[in-house]
Amino acid sequence: MTSSPLLQLDAISQRYARHSVVEQLSLSLQRGEIGCLLGSSGCGKTTVLRCIAGFEPLSGGRILIDGQLLADARLHTPAHKRQIGMVFQDYGLFPHLTVAGNVGFGLDALARDARAAQVARMLALVGLDGLAQRYPHELSGGQQQRVALARALAPQPRLLLLDEPFSNLDVSLRERLGQEVRDILKAAQATAILVTHDQHEAFAMADKVGVMEQGRIMQWDSPYNLYHQPANRMVADFIGQGVLLPGEVCADACIRIELGEACSLRPHGFAAGSRVEVLLRPDDVAHDDASPLRARVAARAFRGAEFLYTLALPSGQTVLSLAPSHHDHAIGEEIGVRLDAEHLVAFAI
Amino acid sequence: MHGETSSPATTYPPGWRKPAWWPAVSRWQALAALISSVTVLPLLVIALSFADVNADIWAHLSEFVLPRLLANTALLLLGVGVGVLLLGVPLGWLVAVHEFPGRRVFNWALMLPLAMPAYVMAFTQIGLLDFSGVLQSWLREVWGSSAWFPPIRSRGGVVLVMSLALYPYVYLLARDAFASQGRRALEAAQSLGLSPWQGFWRVALPMARPWLIGGVSLALMEALADFGTVSIFSFDAFTTAIYKAWFAMFSLSSASQLSSLLVLLVFALIWLEQRLRGGRAYHAGRLAQPQSRLPLHGWPAALACGFASLVLLLAFVLPFGQLLVWVARVWEADLDARYIDFVWHSLALAIMAAGLVTLCALALSYAQRRDPSPTARLWVRLATLGYAVPGTVLAVGLFIPVAALDNLLIAWLGAALPEGTTAIFKGTLAVMLLAYLARFAAVGFSSVDAAMQRITRSQEETARSLGVAGFALLRRVHVPMLRGGLLTAVLMVCVDVMKEMPITLMTRPFGWDTLAVRIFEMTSEGEWERAALPAVALVLVGLLPVLLLARASSHTGAHR
Repeated sequence: MTSSPLLQLDAISQRYARHSVVEQLSLSLQRGEIGCLLGSSGCGKTTVLRCIAGFEPLSGGRILIDGQLLADARLHTPAHKRQIGMVFQDYGLFPHLTVAGNVGFGLDALARDARAAQVARMLALVGLDGLAQRYPHELSGGQQQRVALARALAPQPRLLLLDEPFSNLDVSLRERLGQEVRDILKAAQATAILVTHDQHEAFAMADKVGVMEQGRIMQWDSPYNLYHQPANRMVADFIGQGVLLPGEVCADACIRIELGEACSLRPHGFAAGSRVEVLLRPDDVAHDDASPLRARVAARAFRGAEFLYTLALPSGQTVLSLAPSHHDHAIGEEIGVRLDAEHLVAFAI
Repeated sequence: MHGETSSPATTYPPGWRKPAWWPAVSRWQALAALISSVTVLPLLVIALSFADVNADIWAHLSEFVLPRLLANTALLLLGVGVGVLLLGVPLGWLVAVHEFPGRRVFNWALMLPLAMPAYVMAFTQIGLLDFSGVLQSWLREVWGSSAWFPPIRSRGGVVLVMSLALYPYVYLLARDAFASQGRRALEAAQSLGLSPWQGFWRVALPMARPWLIGGVSLALMEALADFGTVSIFSFDAFTTAIYKAWFAMFSLSSASQLSSLLVLLVFALIWLEQRLRGGRAYHAGRLAQPQSRLPLHGWPAALACGFASLVLLLAFVLPFGQLLVWVARVWEADLDARYIDFVWHSLALAIMAAGLVTLCALALSYAQRRDPSPTARLWVRLATLGYAVPGTVLAVGLFIPVAALDNLLIAWLGAALPEGTTAIFKGTLAVMLLAYLARFAAVGFSSVDAAMQRITRSQEETARSLGVAGFALLRRVHVPMLRGGLLTAVLMVCVDVMKEMPITLMTRPFGWDTLAVRIFEMTSEGEWERAALPAVALVLVGLLPVLLLARASSHTGAHR
């Protein structure tokens, strides 16, 4: 990994008429990485993207790419001079141009032959060779998406931005295309930032994910860490499922909760005897008929390969538990459970 | 998060520093303001006209002319309003909701009168229905007398001719209103026990009201702006009075004072329309499936077909036939080098004006796009206001400041000019083109802007993120995507300019006689036959936008 990041956002802010859309937001992305801004609609994630692209001016902070200053409160490099590609939610294809015309749109500087070669290379990359002479309206949604991607990649931008790239596609197509787009971006050695409200999409595509709320990034980390080491309650709540259970610190790396003693490899940093809340994911609570600890089934959701049980502990606390689907228990039944956590996430009360 | 689409440029918080691209915004507003000045300036001049009143002329006007003008105008508005409703609403209702022999043809053919300028309709109807005309001659042959036949050269005649010429506005809007939303509501009414006849009065008509008001107000605006028809009928209206005040009494101030009264009437009409509509355009759930029509049989079918045929006959077939008969008689004598000149002048003017108007329409539409602030929108509104202002008014309102500018320049440059210079811009093509721009900017703008709406923000931003900006963006994205809209604008404006009579008549450079001017000259001497050849040319040209309109409405599917 190179030491200096390709993209660096340095405490950027964006305000409209006293209303702050983005507030003191920082992140950095290494060359070749795919980043993702994840958040519910209205959290400011698209605005961040538009600031990077150059469609919105900054109210404060700095945007640097390759160490070069692109924008701050005074400087605004116009979008067309930034060499940053963008794929829009509605693709923004030009209806009056063929697929080849669309992909070659940003390649003016190249000679005719070089342009044709680059267009062909891009179409091959996204798997659309043979469709060069079609018009956008003759393509399916997924194909249009790939044309937009090829068009944005063709001038070899320093950075690629994708705004909710799959929101116009149906769910079955989304997952497949997400993987495909990731492969395409990696093959093109592109650095990219994607914006989405869909956690699965973010996890499937990105190396780094930032969870956003109210114009701020709550945590900028790998998907694995976001899930297993959420920095705060908001991230814990937004990412994945789980419940918070009260507990008492009993050792450097252990906390006692109703289900037993939860321990991790590293110390958690809380003083012994202090009261905390522990995050329990559904996969942290295992179903074990032999366990003396019993819990009553309060609700169940069949997911094919597994059941997601909502279990009521003797104290009345509920926890979630994932069990293989041959463990078929009715609501009201008492079953044995056991703590099976490798990561320990706790928050001070 | 997407509030930025409508964020006006002026609402940035205090202390917000202006970025490098900022001046672009005010540049677009300045452009829109410049274009709108061509409309705003004449209106201002007209509005300020009462500052200088010529007592003698005004006394004459207010005693002898004004009462008659007001009475005539009231009669015209009332008569034409009722006339276009009586023709347009039943025709729209029949064609949109019923099935009867010939309906498919009537569907588009009933628009044909739009191709015929009202003044052409006027003199052909006089030729047809006057004492010496075909009809009365035939009546005399059969019955020996036609004295009972009402005289066509009368107030009733003016109202009849204008209603026949202008009913398509109501017909088109009524048809679309009935077709797009009548059906389902009517079925609901029927299921509640209303007969189709009751359904028409209690459901369809009230629902169509906003469209009908829109259609009638368009027709009345045309009636107020009309100059050719009323002058052929020697019917004293504001437009002819303005013309006379200027060209017979040589009193520009009286002409502009009369103009200001006419503008007041026009704006009162617009205000009334807005009030009656109350911003209430009932939203039509667009019907995807072709709707089934109510089939008519027997007498009702014959009546429907007969009514539509009669209107079509009177409003297009007979007048056009009469024109062709006249042309057959005179073409050998009239089709000379002078005629070629008329055609050439008309075409050249139309193309120049269409080019200018379309360019300005593109600039306005693009300016509104680049700068979505209320200020920019206001300038665009002002620039397109001229569609409501009669040509006579614009001609007067533009002439006065241009003449003032000329005098100023002559006084200023004085010796530098050749001896005896009295005009610099006065009476040049440039002034004429500006008048056309003021009058027809809205026609061009609506076509261009409709196409502009179809270009999404993301398409523009994609181009910018690919390094294409400024003029290249306009050339590579907007112009190709707007091609259809630009062509429509050019065509519409071309045809309107060729048909336009008062502006051409009052602002043309010496010797620039067009087809419309020729028609005015021949008809003012009562030489109907000799006006026929230029009139046929105008009708044929006028068919082009009607065809476009017919094709566009068949594309929407609702009326096939």
